[in-house]
Amino acid sequence: MSISDHFAVNEELIFAHGLQSDEYQRIIDLIRREPTLTELGIFSAMWNEHCSYKSSKKWLKIMPTEGNYVIQGPGENAGVVDIGNGNCVVFKMESHNHPSFIEPYQGAATGVGGILRDIFTMGARPVAVMNSLRLGMPNHPRTRHLISNVVAGIGNYSNAFGVPTVGGEVNFEKCYNDNILVNTFAAGIARTDSIFFSKAEGIGLPVVYLGAQTGRDGIGGAMMASEEFDDENKKKRPTVQIGDPFTEKCLLEACLELMSIGAVVSIQDMGAAGLTCSAVEMGAKGDLGIELNLDRVPLRETNMTPYEIMLSESQERMLIILRTEKEKQAKIIFHKWGLNFSIIGKTTDDLRFRILHQGEEVANLPIKKLGDEAPEYERPWVAPVKPISIDAKHIDEVKDLGVALLKILNSADHSSKRWIYEQYDTIIQGNTLVHPGGNAGVIRIEGNGNQALAFSSDVTPRYCQADPYEGGKQAVAECWRNITTSGAMPLAATDSLNFGNPEKPEIMGQLVFAIKGIADACRALDFPIVSGNVSLYNETNGKSIPPTPTIAGVGLISNWMNMATIDNLKEGDSLLLVGGDGTHLGQSIYLRDILGKSEGTPPRVNLAVEKRNGNFIREHIESGYICACNDISDGGLALSLAEMVIKSGYGATIELSSGLRHAILYGEDQARYIIAVDKNRIKTILKKAEDIAIPARFLGLVGGKTLSIKDCFTLTVMEMIDAYESWFPNYMK
Amino acid sequence: MKTAIIQFPGLNRDYDMTTALKKITGYLPYKIWQTETTLPDVDMIVIPGGFSYGDYLRCGAIAARQPVIQAIRKKAEKGVMVLGVCNGFQILLESGLLPGTLMRNISLKFVCRKVKLEVANADTAFSRSYSPGQIIRCPVAHHDGNYFTDKKTLEQLEDNGQVVFRYAKGDNPNGSIHDIAGIINKRGNILGMMPHPENLIEPAHGGIDGRFLFTSALGIAS
Repeated sequence: MSISDHFAVNEELIFAHGLQSDEYQRIIDLIRREPTLTELGIFSAMWNEHCSYKSSKKWLKIMPTEGNYVIQGPGENAGVVDIGNGNCVVFKMESHNHPSFIEPYQGAATGVGGILRDIFTMGARPVAVMNSLRLGMPNHPRTRHLISNVVAGIGNYSNAFGVPTVGGEVNFEKCYNDNILVNTFAAGIARTDSIFFSKAEGIGLPVVYLGAQTGRDGIGGAMMASEEFDDENKKKRPTVQIGDPFTEKCLLEACLELMSIGAVVSIQDMGAAGLTCSAVEMGAKGDLGIELNLDRVPLRETNMTPYEIMLSESQERMLIILRTEKEKQAKIIFHKWGLNFSIIGKTTDDLRFRILHQGEEVANLPIKKLGDEAPEYERPWVAPVKPISIDAKHIDEVKDLGVALLKILNSADHSSKRWIYEQYDTIIQGNTLVHPGGNAGVIRIEGNGNQALAFSSDVTPRYCQADPYEGGKQAVAECWRNITTSGAMPLAATDSLNFGNPEKPEIMGQLVFAIKGIADACRALDFPIVSGNVSLYNETNGKSIPPTPTIAGVGLISNWMNMATIDNLKEGDSLLLVGGDGTHLGQSIYLRDILGKSEGTPPRVNLAVEKRNGNFIREHIESGYICACNDISDGGLALSLAEMVIKSGYGATIELSSGLRHAILYGEDQARYIIAVDKNRIKTILKKAEDIAIPARFLGLVGGKTLSIKDCFTLTVMEMIDAYESWFPNYMK
Repeated sequence: MKTAIIQFPGLNRDYDMTTALKKITGYLPYKIWQTETTLPDVDMIVIPGGFSYGDYLRCGAIAARQPVIQAIRKKAEKGVMVLGVCNGFQILLESGLLPGTLMRNISLKFVCRKVKLEVANADTAFSRSYSPGQIIRCPVAHHDGNYFTDKKTLEQLEDNGQVVFRYAKGDNPNGSIHDIAGIINKRGNILGMMPHPENLIEPAHGGIDGRFLFTSALGIAS
């Protein structure tokens, strides 16, 4: 494939670039002439949904992005949050959905590569990754292939790069059959006084290209992420990029070395829309022009046109503005790591984005307007229809509630994910304190006393489908709650908003309401959103995914010696239920997986109660009162208890309150926890809870080899472990 | 108690190994880049784990052909202790410092978990802090740890007590022959192993079973 620059721009071509005719007119008005093909490519890259956020911008603004600890909110490669002692945590989540559906291995791998670059571009060494996967039904013909390749792709990249995977989530739902979601999160640690930004400074400084060579892979990738799928799209493999974790690891070391010698003025990785987006962003943010000579770009293939070079999404590439006097040292560092180093342009004072190729000027555009003048839409939306709530007393109670628990433990969504996470290096760097399979993943901050960081990624798509506002709230609350179960103070979050086609008012309504829910919850819980991305057009043949706003959060543990885990139980410990008995079965796992229905409203999150209960739990973990803790979410009290029993190997004897047994066991009411405490401390804790009106009660004792719910059912620990551990390996056989 | 860590592009457990050596010996190891042709005087040279050269061609194959390998060979001939872990083990095999090869795991998948190891020979410089037959825990994290060699070499390894660590019965994560997890050269100063003792040296790691390998090798009271 070769696209010549001397190509008449016609309507078909404009449409093929994902631009509407009024958007094309906007280009003409802006530059007062017809664009060259390269220029058209640049506009289409800058103005597509993925890069310009043209449908979501208006609504993203309502999210809280500032807070006591926030150093950098949205707008840079990643968010930055202060963790004390001169250190900060740099983190972001991003989607790589479309590429992963077309080519799951490379799509997922490059998703990890992209998010890692976002982190080290800012001067932080990556210390943890997570991934959030949504797949179609297990019996769908492609699901097995997709999951095994997505997992292999993620593992291959992060394992070789050398960063531990500390958590994640996996859901299987019919609505993802033809549009899977792969959201990847990464976090790094940097010194607060040496964070690097993309804003260019200084005129006449060298613009340096670093890293891998440019090939024809990924041309139009960002554009693909801004379109709906149809059966034709499966043929789009050439727009999927190929990842090389080895080059990325070298690039990490070289970049950090370069930063440490003070050579870097500004830096930007070449992600979506490659050279175009990175160069424009650096110039526009710094009020500078950029001139690039494409003859100096290291190329992997012959006869590449300027159009292709500007739009290539080849991986593992960086653009930096270099301090002139450090040029020689910088070159030595890059050659040591076997990477390309080429001065491909300079900063100018004329605010133009000029591209030269073989002595010809192929683009000359106003650099600031490329970003600033991008179309922004106020898309019409309709409020989602509120579901009708159902009372638990109108929901059937199955005869054997123990068999129901075994069935949930042996289901796709709630069985052990060991088959997945054992393919990820979870211990590299030697700081992982809580591995995948618990609540939040935890790593210690080496050299910072006993401080540790907790990470969790959450969303419940079926709640969001039923009520996007409550679902958005719940995703934030659950993430905050999971971080709290370890004893961490939740600091801030990042989001990956996965939705369908925003040009449809009902989809736009889902987006608007989910964002409102997220914003309300983040505000109430002091949990600002500091970075993230939006992935729209997740539809195939006109069918949308459920609204899936994934929230990933970071919390700080001041002393990990007091941290609580899901499995730190011992014989004779007392189990307490904090937050009240279960009552709500609408949209529950019991309803979906046991009765085969999806009805009702999702459980409502009372944000004030959420905060009060969470703060109570955290305070008592910090003071060493609580040794084990699990939150109650999917599958209610029964599944939470089962998880503690399975992970610790200890049984328990439980007494339920009087009331509807199925609602008490499987109700998914929010803001609730199970805690394990020493028996000498029961009274004190219950009294303290009572003092601030938190419902708390004694559940039972830890011990024995069975989980025994008095007057209800008894299951052996062994049969529970067997149910829990066997689903995935059997499925993948 | 001086140590040196060899660095190839793509290795990534150099950080873990450096931290472990610092914590155990009290001193930072020397960092030696792959192009060096001489090595400082040290008690132990360590090739850590990772993905040198991206595991391209064969794991460890490209690293094994870099200049520093000759320098390691010379030191080893003089009796300096050499430890290769994971990719380091693969590099030792590729450079001929130890016999045999490591194939792709029998599951064809990367595997990361804690396994049980049996100390098959507690009479080596690296394993003398353990007791014979002792079962220890140690994490593995690799894609190509399936040890294999020809029958004759295998017999020699077994007869000479060169198998130092074996995966405990039923806990072989990669299909390696005779459950081999780590082997030593005949002279007893070069050890290669797939599991990562450097990731189990302090309570934060959930145990200190790996620490004793380093205290054995470096003669530190443990």
